[in-house]
Amino acid sequence: MANITIDGKPYSVPDGSLLIDAIDQAKTKLPRYCYHPGLSVAGNCRICQVEVEKMPRTVIACNTRVTEGMVVHTASAKAKESQQIVLEFLLANHPLDCPVCDQAGECKLQDYYMEYGLYDPKFDDQKVKKAKKAVAVGPTIMLDQERCILCSRCVRFTDEITKTHEFGIFNRGDVSELDVYPGMELKNNYSGNVADICPVGALTDRDFRFKMRVWYLGSQESVCPGCSRGCNININYERSRPYKSDKGRVMRLKPRENAAVNRWWMCDEGRYAYKAIDQDRMTTIRTTAGATTWEAAVREVARLLKAAPAAKWGVIASAQHTNEELYLVRKVFKDLLKWPHLGYHEAGEDGPQDEILLRKDKNPNTAGASVILDLGAANGAASVLERARKGELEGLVVFGRDLSKMGAPGLLQEVRSKVRTIVYIGSAQHATAAAADVALPEACYAEKDGTFTNFEGRVQRIRMAVPPAGDARPGWKILSEIAAEIGEPLVFSKAEEVFKRLAAEQPAFAGMDYKVIGSQGAVWSRR
Amino acid sequence: MSEAILSRNFNIPDAHKLSVAEPRGAYETARKVIGALKPEEVTNTVLASNLRGLGGAGFPTGKKWQFIPKDSKKPVYLVINADEGEPGTCKDRYILEKDPHQLIEGILISAYAIGSHKAYIYIRGEYVLPYRNLQSAVDEAYAKGYLGKSVFGSGYAMDLVVHRGAGAYICGEETSLLNSLEGKRGYPRLKPPFPAIVGLFGCPTIINNVETIACVPHILKNGAAWFTALGSPGNGGTHLFSVSGHVEKPGVYELPMGVPLRDLIYKYAGGVKGGRALKAVIPGGMSAKILKADEIDVKMDYDGLKAAGTMLGSAGVMVMDETVCMVKMLYYATKFFSHESCGQCSPCREGTGWAHKLVTRIYRGEGSVKDLDTLLTIARNMEGRTICVFADAAAWPIQSYITKFRAEFEDYIVSGRGKAVAAELEAAGAHAH
Ligand SMILES: Cc1cc2nc3c(=O)[nH]c(=O)nc-3n(C[C@H](O)[C@H](O)[C@H](O)COP(=O)(O)O)c2cc1C
Ligand code: SF4
Ligand code: SF4
Repeated sequence: MANITIDGKPYSVPDGSLLIDAIDQAKTKLPRYCYHPGLSVAGNCRICQVEVEKMPRTVIACNTRVTEGMVVHTASAKAKESQQIVLEFLLANHPLDCPVCDQAGECKLQDYYMEYGLYDPKFDDQKVKKAKKAVAVGPTIMLDQERCILCSRCVRFTDEITKTHEFGIFNRGDVSELDVYPGMELKNNYSGNVADICPVGALTDRDFRFKMRVWYLGSQESVCPGCSRGCNININYERSRPYKSDKGRVMRLKPRENAAVNRWWMCDEGRYAYKAIDQDRMTTIRTTAGATTWEAAVREVARLLKAAPAAKWGVIASAQHTNEELYLVRKVFKDLLKWPHLGYHEAGEDGPQDEILLRKDKNPNTAGASVILDLGAANGAASVLERARKGELEGLVVFGRDLSKMGAPGLLQEVRSKVRTIVYIGSAQHATAAAADVALPEACYAEKDGTFTNFEGRVQRIRMAVPPAGDARPGWKILSEIAAEIGEPLVFSKAEEVFKRLAAEQPAFAGMDYKVIGSQGAVWSRR
Repeated sequence: MSEAILSRNFNIPDAHKLSVAEPRGAYETARKVIGALKPEEVTNTVLASNLRGLGGAGFPTGKKWQFIPKDSKKPVYLVINADEGEPGTCKDRYILEKDPHQLIEGILISAYAIGSHKAYIYIRGEYVLPYRNLQSAVDEAYAKGYLGKSVFGSGYAMDLVVHRGAGAYICGEETSLLNSLEGKRGYPRLKPPFPAIVGLFGCPTIINNVETIACVPHILKNGAAWFTALGSPGNGGTHLFSVSGHVEKPGVYELPMGVPLRDLIYKYAGGVKGGRALKAVIPGGMSAKILKADEIDVKMDYDGLKAAGTMLGSAGVMVMDETVCMVKMLYYATKFFSHESCGQCSPCREGTGWAHKLVTRIYRGEGSVKDLDTLLTIARNMEGRTICVFADAAAWPIQSYITKFRAEFEDYIVSGRGKAVAAELEAAGAHAH
């Protein structure tokens, strides 16, 4: 460890660490454009100038290693002057078109100008004109070359992370231009990240462009449910809008830094999947007896389940459910009703996997399901469905999934013709929901609290960003009310309480609570 | 003129051919050194000779060689900087074109000293004849076994590749050169790490100028003391001075380090053309600060010119007589630097372009006196904040021309004589770039 001083305060940082990382850890503000902790150091923007005592000139913190006894000033007159000078150069050819720029509000040029700008610009000459103003460089991203400050983050991202090498900087001097290579387009499953890391409005997300000024957005921490990686995300939403099919409440997803999971990135598959939150949702209760309120519906379903002969009913649980919900599924169906036919994993739904983040298991909580439900190997969803298909079951409870997308074609019709009662509890309106006798609308992941366990056994929180669509309710709430109605007092008012109970009963979760999990997750003590 | 060492074959017809060069002593020294001396002995001799890098920065060559890690598991490379892009400089060209075997011999000895078995010569793309002569010299050396698996039968393997540049001035900056050699864009690298530790293809690398390496055989042949005595204190040897501009006899002159600038102009280069009065001299290539006529009593070595507030740089001496317009000079200087900035660092990319716009405005008679101060501010702000020293080099002409010839700049602006220039430029179709 090296003992250093930053702005008068002492810190102890690992030997040889980059000064800019030490400054960040000290929670001291320092402007930067080109530096990104997930990419190689380019040192080209030159703005992270700091004063280091005994050095003749200010130096860039991103290419300076700490040494024992280093005394650093990030905001001394000398440091500030240097930062201001660099900023003035950066703005010399910038179009200053903030009023029509979609990045406004989250632009580092704008931010730093407010903090470090010289309010007396000297540049009064013709700015360099560049060819590409708002030109699509691929299906997801728009490029505006005049706004680009040539920090090369996007180039390094496509060189070092995706290794797809679409971007390059062409020409020299002040006519240097960022562009895709001739004949190429930016088309890879991580393309959306370049809009996140572009510090200015040069690369913007075509999906989000001009949807909304960013200062009107709310943000909630969550986890992407797209695969078993569980990339940490922020859900950006418009709080005041009620759910209306095909009108977005959720505006976009942004990756949230988690060094142990997704670093700073997320894949496009996950990023643009947010649309399902506001599309084709099941929003109303439907039962055989015509219940319209939750009280009536819960009573009806509880009566149905209680009366069902255990060996003649089956459950298709879901690895898309939270740990809390899976705990209640287990409580109700395995421990209380003692139904033997339970399954959750749907083989055949697996998709592509890569070396970066994407996992082929497209469920966010397979690990949680396997530990909590603790089913024998023979008891998968396939075997439950096989029983249903053979006419061995009278009733089936399906969570979330659409049977028409599982197994062989025609499975849903076959099951429907053999099984007398189908209860569907889920958030999407699809063929299975339509074919069910009872359908209860469930909140989706963006509308509830809970936790997922990723493929590495990391338990991570999801949080409610927007209220449930229509009459929908979180699954844990529906299940806890059904349990209470059946006669087991599993009454919880918050997901957090369910988790507490789960942690007390399941050794893997021992010692965890929502605080311990925090925003970065906590790893199972035992697998 | 003093003893011709580096230039001894420049006027010998066909000296680039082995058949002419060898009888005149080429490879004699290398043959004696390789396998006979220890590599450290070679380095120590070079260190003691006070040889300083002749590419511009004047870093002691022996000291640079000692930075190569002793226990490196990776190959060590020697890279010869033959990019010679500094305006006003044409000295390396003579060695490459007239006496390439001198350079190859220097490469053999230097590579042996640093434990390298592979060297590259990165030659300026525009140097066509020098390239041809150099490549045929390399081919001849291979054919004779002076390069290849066992140099002179000593068992020491040495490969040499000639690589042509593609015309960017910045590729003369050593780390930019390495990137270019690797097939990447010619962007200077951040330092640290320095090339001696992480250089070409991530391996320890020494980069030296053509002339620097050409000195090495002579040092090994005649001894460090002889070389030191040739020059001035701390600046060993002779140097090839490229003298251009308003002199009677422009050309490349080999003279001892420390020769007075006045002698170089009046004694050797025949004085100012047509007997006109001297106005100014740029002593070390376009990047060096200008000297006024009354500032030429300086010694032409690293320390002498540093003391005079400028630098020896590439020893490209540009002489200007009284007819020269300093505004026009600055226009061409800023034009050059804005065109050649690699564009990585914001102060350099934006600063060089901005400065050139302002100077163009002045040059065209559309500027104001206030622009001069803005120019000085831009120049000051560009200095010391970038990846390589190009930005500093671009700042120095601005600073030195304007401060030393301020009255002329102001008079030019106030008189409005730039308007005629604008019309001329328009006619010639000249643009800011
Ligand atoms: C912008 C710039 C251009 C340069 N161009 C050349 C060049 O054309 N030839 C050269 O030998 N050195 C050039 N140099 C200096 C090299 O970076 C390096 O210092 C030199 O090749 C080292 O060799 P030496 O120690 O033998 O002088 C340049 C430096 C800069 C900053
Ligand atoms: S487009 Fe954005 S990320 Fe890419 S170089 Fe320009 S400013 Fe940097
Ligand atoms: S100082 Fe200029 S030439 Fe040197 S690396 Fe920076 S932008 Fe390129």
